[in-house]
Amino acid sequence: MMTATIEPEVGKARRRKEDARLITGRTRWTDNIVLPGMLHMAILRSPVAHARITSIDTSQARGMSGVEAVVTGADIAEAQGSLPCAWPITDDMKSPPAPSLAVHTVKFAGEAVAAVVARSKAEAQDALEAIEVDYAELPVVLDMAEAVADGARLTHEDLGTNASATWKFDSAEAGTGGDVEQAIADGEVVVHRTFRQQRLIPAFMEPRSVVVDPTGEQLTMWSATQIPHILRLMLAMTLGVAEHKIRVIAPDVGGGFGGKLQVTPEEVIAFLVARKLGKPVKYTETRSESLQAAHHGRDQIQKLTMAARRDGTITGLKVELLADMGAYLRLVTPGVPILGAFMFNAIYKIPAYHFACTNVFTNKTPTDAYRGAGRPEATFAIERMMDELAVELGMEPLEVREKNWIKHEEFPYTTVSTLTYDSGNYEAATAKAKDLFGYDALRAEQAERRAKNDPVQLGIGISTFTEMCGLAPSRVLGSLSYGAGGWEHAAVRMLPTGKVEVVTGSSPHGQGHETAWSQIVADQLGVPFEDVEILHGDTQSSHKGMDTYGSRSLTVGAMAVLKAGHKVIDKARTIAAHMMECAPDDVEFEAGKFTVRGTDSSVGIQDVALAVFAAHDLPDGVEPSLDSEATFDPENFSFPHGTHLCATEVDTETGQVRIRSYVCVDDIGAVINPLIVEGQVHGGLAQGIAQALFEEAVHDESGTLTTGTLVDYLVPSAADLPSFTTGLTETRATSNELGVKGVGEAGTIASTPAVVNAVVDAVRHLGVADIEMPCTPMRVWQAIHGGAR
Amino acid sequence: MRISVTVDGTKYDDDVEPRTLLVHYLREQLGKTGTVVGCDTSNCGACTVHLDGHSVKSCSVLAVQADGCEVNTIEGLERDGQLHPMQQAFHDNHALQCGFCTPGMIMQSLDLLADNPNPNEHEVREGLEGNLCRCTGYQNIVRAVQDAAGKMSPGAGPEVERVANEVAGRHSARTPVSSGGE
Ligand code: FES
Ligand code: FES
Repeated sequence: MMTATIEPEVGKARRRKEDARLITGRTRWTDNIVLPGMLHMAILRSPVAHARITSIDTSQARGMSGVEAVVTGADIAEAQGSLPCAWPITDDMKSPPAPSLAVHTVKFAGEAVAAVVARSKAEAQDALEAIEVDYAELPVVLDMAEAVADGARLTHEDLGTNASATWKFDSAEAGTGGDVEQAIADGEVVVHRTFRQQRLIPAFMEPRSVVVDPTGEQLTMWSATQIPHILRLMLAMTLGVAEHKIRVIAPDVGGGFGGKLQVTPEEVIAFLVARKLGKPVKYTETRSESLQAAHHGRDQIQKLTMAARRDGTITGLKVELLADMGAYLRLVTPGVPILGAFMFNAIYKIPAYHFACTNVFTNKTPTDAYRGAGRPEATFAIERMMDELAVELGMEPLEVREKNWIKHEEFPYTTVSTLTYDSGNYEAATAKAKDLFGYDALRAEQAERRAKNDPVQLGIGISTFTEMCGLAPSRVLGSLSYGAGGWEHAAVRMLPTGKVEVVTGSSPHGQGHETAWSQIVADQLGVPFEDVEILHGDTQSSHKGMDTYGSRSLTVGAMAVLKAGHKVIDKARTIAAHMMECAPDDVEFEAGKFTVRGTDSSVGIQDVALAVFAAHDLPDGVEPSLDSEATFDPENFSFPHGTHLCATEVDTETGQVRIRSYVCVDDIGAVINPLIVEGQVHGGLAQGIAQALFEEAVHDESGTLTTGTLVDYLVPSAADLPSFTTGLTETRATSNELGVKGVGEAGTIASTPAVVNAVVDAVRHLGVADIEMPCTPMRVWQAIHGGAR
Repeated sequence: MRISVTVDGTKYDDDVEPRTLLVHYLREQLGKTGTVVGCDTSNCGACTVHLDGHSVKSCSVLAVQADGCEVNTIEGLERDGQLHPMQQAFHDNHALQCGFCTPGMIMQSLDLLADNPNPNEHEVREGLEGNLCRCTGYQNIVRAVQDAAGKMSPGAGPEVERVANEVAGRHSARTPVSSGGE
C-alpha cells in the first residue's frame, strides 16, 4: 500500500465533505426521523406573561381522535424536576425552580403549560385547542431598572427580590490594578455613557426538534442540539435516570449560535411522555414557538465611566451592568454577562478596573448564550467608549486606541481582569485593515460631505476587538463556579485497511468539523484526506465530550484529536520498529512513513495497521490495536483579535443607513481551512450587523412578544447586507500545538460596534452622541432631528 | 381528495386532506425530506420547490393545488450521479454551512437564473430576498449563483448546457401560481 504524497492539507481551501449530503437533500434532520408507531407531541403555551393557573380542563382533549395522552405540569410535577442551571455564579445566587411544564404559575408568555401526544401532528394540534386553562393574571415585571428599584413588583414572589445575584470584580481588591474611584476622581477627562444591549433571538434556521425512542435497552433521544453529551448528563441528573440508560444523538443540526446550547423543556417533556407510553414520540417546534420560547440573548443595560488623561491615556474604567435573565435561569444564563467581565478591558492597558453586574429576573423568555455570549456586549460598550473618549479629547479614534492598546512586543500580557493574552499584533491587523479600507481617502470624503452639507453623510466606524475563545481551562471554569470542566475528548482508530476513524467530542452544526479535522489528521498521520472519517454527535460512538460553543471546537476539540493521533503514531512506531527489526528510537515518522534513521528501509503507517490487525508478529506485550483516546484540557484561553472598519452612508432626510464598505482583518492564529474561516467570518458579520441595524425582540406592556414571527423579527436577507472585504494576519497562539485561536464568534463580536460607531460618526456633527440599537431609520431620523428620544 | 402529481420524475396518485400543505405532502407522504420547513409565515424560503417550472414556497401551496402538476425538489436535481451546476457551485463556493436553507436557496437560485441568466450582485441579492440564511452572510451564496450563471451560459460545455436548457425549458412553459401569503 502506498501512503500519499504530501502537499500539506492544513491551510488548503478544501471543499467541504459535509456538503455532499446537504446540497442533494439527503440530510438527516431530526424532524426527518420516522419510527414505527411514532406519536406526535404538541405543546400548549401560556398566552400571558405572569399568572396563576387556576384550572386546566383536559377532559375533552383526552377523548379526541388519536389522542394517547394529555399531560399537565401537575401530572409530572415530581418526575420533571427542575431544568438545570450549571453556573451558580455566587454562593447566594437566587434560582427559582424551573419546571418544564408550568405547575401553579406561568412566568413568561410562551411557557409550556400542557402537552398532547397523538397519532398525528394534526390530531395533537386539534386536541390542544380543546384544552381549557384559566389564568388569574398577576402584574408583570418587564423593565430591568424598575425591577431592581425599591418596592418593585416581583417575578418570583417567594424570592422576595428580582435580583438573582450580583457579581463583582475590582482590580484594587484583586491586586491587578488601582482603585477605580480614585482614578475617576483624578481623571483629567471623565466620560459617562449608558448603552442598551437590546434583546436578540438566535433564530437558527432549523427549528428545534426532538425524537425520543424508549423501546430499546437505552432510551434514545435525537435532538437538534449543540450539546448531545451535556444533554445526556443533564437528563440523567435532572430526571434521576441512570446515565448509561440514555443515548443522545445530534444528527444533522441546522445551526445553533448558542441557541441550541440548552437543555430544553421540550426535550424533558418528550422524554417523560415517551417513557411513560413506551412508544416513540416526536416534537418539532413551529417558528413562532421557537422565537417565543427558545432562549433569547443579550439584553443588558450597561453603565460605563471612563477616566483618562488629556493625552488620551486611559486611567480607569468602571462598568455597572444590569443583565436580564428572563423568568428562569437556564443552562448557563447567569454566567453569560460574567464572561463579559474579562473583556471590557479588551486590548487596552487599563490601570484600574471595576466591574459589577446584577442579574435580574423579569417576566420574559429566559436569556442564555447567543453567538459571543457576554463578549459582544462588552466589546460593543468598550469600542463605543473609545470613540466617545476620542471625541471628548478631539483625537482621531484610531490614535486613542493605539495609545492604549498592548503593543506587539509586550506579549504575553496579563490584563487588569487577570487573563494572560499569549500573543497578538494589533498594529499589523490595523495597518492592513486601513490599507484595504482606504481609510484616509474615506476620511477626506467625509470632511467634504460635511463641508457641503450633503444630505447623505458618511461615517467611519472602528472596532479593534479581541475575545477569549476556546472554553475553557477547567481550572478557570472552576474558579468561576461553573459546574463542569472545559476539556475535550477524541479517539483516533486505524482500521485494518489503513483507513482512519476519528471520534470527536465536539458537536458540529454547520462549522465543518468533518472537513477540518480530516485535514489535520491527514497531515498528522500522512494518509489521504479521503481516508479519514469523522464521527460525532452520538453518545454511543462518542461517549465523552463537552460539545460545541464558545469557539472551542478547534482550539480544544481538534487539539484532543491531535493528541490521540500522537498516541497512535507512538504505538505504530513500536510495531514498525519490530517489523523492521530495529529499536523504536531509531525510527523516524514523516509523511505517513516510518523509516529507520539513515537507511531507506521503511514501512507505511497504513501497512502497520494491517500488520496490527493480523497480529501474527507483534512485540511482546503489545496489544493488537492501533487505536487511542485522548482528552485535552487547555491551559489558557485563546485570544483572536482584529480590526474592523465600516463606512456607512446615512441619509439625514430619511434616517436610512447603508453600509458602503466593510473591511475586517482578523487574526485567528493558524488557519486550517481558509474557505471555512471566511465563511465563519461572513456569517458572524451578518449577525453582528443585524444587531446594529435590524433585530430586536420587543415585548408590549403586557409582556407579549410582538416580534414573534419572521415578519416582525428582522433576520436580514441577502438584499439587506453588503459584501465584505476580509483579510487575515497570523500571529500564532502559543497555547496550543496547532497555533489556532478560533473563529466562530469573531465577526459577531467585532461588527456591532463598528457599524454603530460608523452611524454615529456620520451624524455626530449634527449633535448626535448616541443612537440606540437597532439603528432603524426611525431612530436615526429622531436622533438627527431631535424627535422623541 | 384525490390528486395526481409528478415529483422529481415519478408519478404519484394519492389521497390527501384538503388542508394538507404541499410541503407536508412532500415530506410526510412521499418521504421527500430534502425539502424542509423553517417557518410558519412564508418568510424563510427553506421549503422552496419548483411547481411546473416556477419556484414556490411549498408551505404556502396546498397539496391539492399541485394536482396535475410537475413538482421538482432538490432531490431531483442530480442526473446520473452528476451534481447540477448550481449544486456544484454551492459546493465550490462554500455557499452553505449548516445547510438547512440550502435546498430552498438552490431552487430559488435556479428560478432566478431562468429569469435573468446573467444577474449582477445586486440582482442576485434582490432575487434571493425571500430566502433566509442565518449562517453564511450570503456573500458566498451570491458568488455561487454568479458562478453557476457563468457555467450554465451557452458555450459552457455540453453537460451544463443540457441542464441549463432543461431549466430554461421548464420556465418557458411557466404558468402563474398563487403563492399564498407572500
Ligand atoms: S417554510 Fe418558511 S417559507 Fe415555507
Ligand atoms: S447554511 Fe445555515 S441557514 Fe443557510
